[in-house]
Amino acid sequence: MDSEIRDGLRSAAPVVISVLPFGLLFGALAVDAGMSVSQAVMMSATVFAGASQMVGIELFGQAIAPWLIVFSVFAVNFRHVLYSAAAGRRFTRFSVWQKALAFFFLTDPQFAETEARGERDKPVTFRWYVALAVPIFVFWIAETWLGALFGRMIPDPHALGIDFLLPIYFLGLVMSFRKRPLWLPVVAASAVVSIIAWRFVGSPWHVSLGALAGIVLAMVAPLKGEAAEAGRAGE
Amino acid sequence: MSDTTMVLVILGAALATYATRIGGHVVLSRFRTIHPRVEAGLNAVPAAVLTTLVAPEAFNGGPVELAALVVTALVATRYGMLPLFLAGAATLISLRFLIG
Repeated sequence: MDSEIRDGLRSAAPVVISVLPFGLLFGALAVDAGMSVSQAVMMSATVFAGASQMVGIELFGQAIAPWLIVFSVFAVNFRHVLYSAAAGRRFTRFSVWQKALAFFFLTDPQFAETEARGERDKPVTFRWYVALAVPIFVFWIAETWLGALFGRMIPDPHALGIDFLLPIYFLGLVMSFRKRPLWLPVVAASAVVSIIAWRFVGSPWHVSLGALAGIVLAMVAPLKGEAAEAGRAGE
Repeated sequence: MSDTTMVLVILGAALATYATRIGGHVVLSRFRTIHPRVEAGLNAVPAAVLTTLVAPEAFNGGPVELAALVVTALVATRYGMLPLFLAGAATLISLRFLIG
């Protein structure tokens, strides 16, 4: 097995483990909300975005206009626009069709691992990208199916800590970017604003508003060295 | 909700999600050069977005959850994703077992 495929599979392991309970949970909740097993599996296979799928099935259970459910999914996933703009710069080795496929797989962990790999100056090849994406995708679908089949058979989700595995995983990813310029101020701004927005605006808007705070801070902060030169030349 | 409506909603959600995943690139790739301030903003994207998925959870969490996050952050200064994830999860599960 070549080293790129091995790298991809190795990075997929913690993602698959941490996402596992959520796949099962989604399947169980989807059937509970009135979906058939095949519809739940279809949603995981076509949307492939956990948090938004949870929001979607929560709304299925209520008498809400279908377009509003689609819009809510769009709102929860809006952060991917930013991922897309940032990760697209790393897909220089991909053909057009490889790019089109790659963007379908651009989940939170997929994006974070792509950025982390580019950061380490390792090549972001299509083989590596797919070796990371396919296990995450296949396990997500399989877990949905199992969760839907067996329903709520998870004995005690709280004791197993499954409700808090994703924050731990996401914090690990945040830490992996700590060498980037302005990392601490960006993280501090996004943390404070997301908590305030979560309290006073509500989910899922704390994601967009909190992220925006960190990004704007990075954009208005004084540029250093070469970037400052290029900035002045461009203005 | 009928089965047809359900399937249409799922497909609509799938299209909306794909649009967010390809949209940022399609819009940005129209520009030949990227301004350094835009570049600085894009470099901040992953830490900024991922922070918002952690901060409210940490804010709402009890001492056990906070301890798990602290252990995760400490292990992250030395080790990679899998060790830090396992350390954080082990802290969380063992403290919940001990304290409840």
